[in-house]
Amino acid sequence: MHDIAAPAVDHHAPPTSFIRKHVFSLDHKVIGKQYYGLALLAALIGMFLSWLMRIHLAWNSAAIPGLHLLSANGAPGDQMTPEYYLQLMTMHGTIMVFFVLTTAPFAAFGNFFLPIQVGAEDMPFPRFNMMSFWVTFCAFVALMTSFFVSDGPTLGGWTQYAPLNAVGPVGGPGQGWGVVLWMISIALFCIGQLLGSLNFITTTLDLRVKGMSLMRLPLSAWAWFITSCMGLTAFAVLMPACILCILDHVAGTSFFVPSNLVLNGQILPHSGGSTLLWQHLFWFFGHPEVYIAIVPGMGIVSHILMANLRKPLLSQRVILYCMGALAVLSYMVYGHHMFVSGMNPYSALAFSFPTLIITIPATIVVLIWLFSIYGSKLRINSASLFALGFVSMFVSGGVSGFFLAQPSLDIVLHGTYFVVGHFHMVMGVAAMFGIFAGTYFWAPKMFGRMMNEPLGKLHFWLSFVGTYCIFMPFHYLGLAGNVRRYSSFVDDYLQPLIPVHRFITVAALATGAAQLIFVYNLIHSRFWGKPATDNPWEATSLEWSTATPPPFDNFGGKHPVVYHDPFQYGVKSSVGDYVMQASPEQVATEHEEQ
Amino acid sequence: MGKLFAVTIIVIAIISAIPIVRHTWEAPEDISTNGALIDEQMAETMAEAGIAFLAAQLLLGLFVWQFSNRPSDAKLKNFPGGAKGLVIGAFLLVGLEVLALGVFGVKAWANAYLIPPAPNAMPIQVQAGQFAFYFRYPGPDGKFGPIHPDLINESTQNYFGLDTDHDPDSKDDIVTAELAIPVGKEIHLLMHSKDVGHSFFVRELRVQQDFVPGLDVSVHFTANKVGKYEIVCTQLCGLGHYNMKAYLEVMSQQDYEDWLKKEAAMQ
Repeated sequence: MHDIAAPAVDHHAPPTSFIRKHVFSLDHKVIGKQYYGLALLAALIGMFLSWLMRIHLAWNSAAIPGLHLLSANGAPGDQMTPEYYLQLMTMHGTIMVFFVLTTAPFAAFGNFFLPIQVGAEDMPFPRFNMMSFWVTFCAFVALMTSFFVSDGPTLGGWTQYAPLNAVGPVGGPGQGWGVVLWMISIALFCIGQLLGSLNFITTTLDLRVKGMSLMRLPLSAWAWFITSCMGLTAFAVLMPACILCILDHVAGTSFFVPSNLVLNGQILPHSGGSTLLWQHLFWFFGHPEVYIAIVPGMGIVSHILMANLRKPLLSQRVILYCMGALAVLSYMVYGHHMFVSGMNPYSALAFSFPTLIITIPATIVVLIWLFSIYGSKLRINSASLFALGFVSMFVSGGVSGFFLAQPSLDIVLHGTYFVVGHFHMVMGVAAMFGIFAGTYFWAPKMFGRMMNEPLGKLHFWLSFVGTYCIFMPFHYLGLAGNVRRYSSFVDDYLQPLIPVHRFITVAALATGAAQLIFVYNLIHSRFWGKPATDNPWEATSLEWSTATPPPFDNFGGKHPVVYHDPFQYGVKSSVGDYVMQASPEQVATEHEEQ
Repeated sequence: MGKLFAVTIIVIAIISAIPIVRHTWEAPEDISTNGALIDEQMAETMAEAGIAFLAAQLLLGLFVWQFSNRPSDAKLKNFPGGAKGLVIGAFLLVGLEVLALGVFGVKAWANAYLIPPAPNAMPIQVQAGQFAFYFRYPGPDGKFGPIHPDLINESTQNYFGLDTDHDPDSKDDIVTAELAIPVGKEIHLLMHSKDVGHSFFVRELRVQQDFVPGLDVSVHFTANKVGKYEIVCTQLCGLGHYNMKAYLEVMSQQDYEDWLKKEAAMQ
């Protein structure tokens, strides 16, 4: 099994022009960095929007100086209107879910490192790869454009429920052009992800170098492969849903609007559509999307933990099978978002049990991570701290899934801040910690320079404590019935909860500011950081066998041959306590997978 | 620094658990016949989730404390039992426990959704629209007149689009802006959306259900405590979503009948 056919690598000449080198590049490494840059920009915008939202929620009547410059209608006298709050909230969610959590751990790191980790020169379809980034970039531009149309972006939330998404301007500010631009943006994003997924799958299956059997792939490569399989099916469902919604706007169709709806005193000229159809299509994408955001993080963290534990995880295969199980289950559970939506109540049970079953592979993965630390020689650095933080956040966000998997508890928790706390922790913060861990670990290889460790650790401590201060109280608010997506809290029972919101806002502002340390560190290190050696972490996988940064064809005209599994840490070799995958050296104490 | 991580994570875990243990923020007292089952399910789930949360964070802290930054000549060891023991443990402990939890929880869901309302349950219709709830009682004839969307007119207060001139069933329908119900009587709430998606949520009743435009759905419940409670919308419905609310008043049978008579006289 360990010897497979000679590598089928794609050959294309190094670029000579500036545009081919840095803009419309076919090089997977440049495309990976472009994705990373886009995700960083998007994350900063998304975080800025969350600051505005949090300030408004905590001090509802406070003017935010200069806000009218962003939108004269949305913030007359610098005072945020209820509709502008919802518009910012929608954009925050959309930017973060699509352009950060999907783009950074999957498209950015995956593009850069998957071909190198399998030993390939590039991806099999470099032009598709270039298109995938630029289509995604256009999707981002389309989304940002909605800030500048007359009544601003859509206010319907990142889930864009029907029929509010399809009734047009009569539904409220942003429900005309705002929605159309949102749908165009997300449909384009889907195309970009489909092109990317095709490349990832073919790279993994066809371009592995000699000796790189599937079981010798690092867990990060496996995670990107599994994620691309999910992406291929999930985005293929969301894209037509967006197109149908655009048709409801521009072609007079009624896919998502039933008859006899009365808005602003007028009967809408639609008939025959189904509002639940949108929810089914959206969540058939939406739940796998949660795993598209988190599975790459699981792979990246496993990869980084192993290098820092200086010993193999208790089992590489069990983690791999669990990630696969999560991917399969992700399609069978989407209805747990719809327990009280009005769908058949018996189907709630059919969706509830697979959701509860997810606990098993998720628990196994956590236990493998935890008990792999036992007996290790854990190195503490920025990358390993964020990887450990990921494990902690994954547990904290995961346990609230016990509640939301049960329809009887969803009756009281649905639509509350409990849900906001849950998904921010497990899919937002955990995935972000995976991105940070990946950045501190791989930036030396990507940019050829080490990041500043003391600043990285400071960034970790502020982020770790800060995110707990923000997102744990969300759960408490939800238990008390605090409804989400409210621009202000006017109900009597919400008044005692406002101090909690103020605490969260202060924590969010401070934690957000701490992210600027990361941005500074990244940019400063990129240009002035200490030059990195080829293998600064003494790691085993193929990306550490090549030069730093890797040459255009990744391995300088040579095809590496793989002799070992990626988890050969804690062995005695000529270089230290590890043996690299591409090293022909045979070590007596080589680990066998159990 | 590994030790600092260990201390931090353990402190965070304990501080996070304090508001839960002390019930600092929680759902208000239950006023429905089905709420006790939901509350019990919530408490059991909280206990399981809480133990899992604390155990995992404590283990993470302890292991990082013990095994970080060890000298280079320290001996590596594997956890006894290895992955196989953990997988079996996860299946037996977590899998069975969580699945059992799901099975026990079915009863609370079944009471609310799978068991139909009693034949003598009192029908009341609620209509949600941007950004208000309106309620309709069928009157002495026990029948609701049909809704004519083209007749809906807020300025004439014809919120349901009733045609009292032509539909005899509509003549005695009573339309109100608050939901008054008699204590101890099962209510069959018929839910109709005028425009977009909304939701009906009363924390004390442990009832939440979305309105589905184009599809009338219903819920049933029995309130067992007199009082006034807030009804809020939990499904994003537009710019006034935060302000879409109404009141539920649970009254004694006599107070309810008096209230209904008064409302009927005002139609």
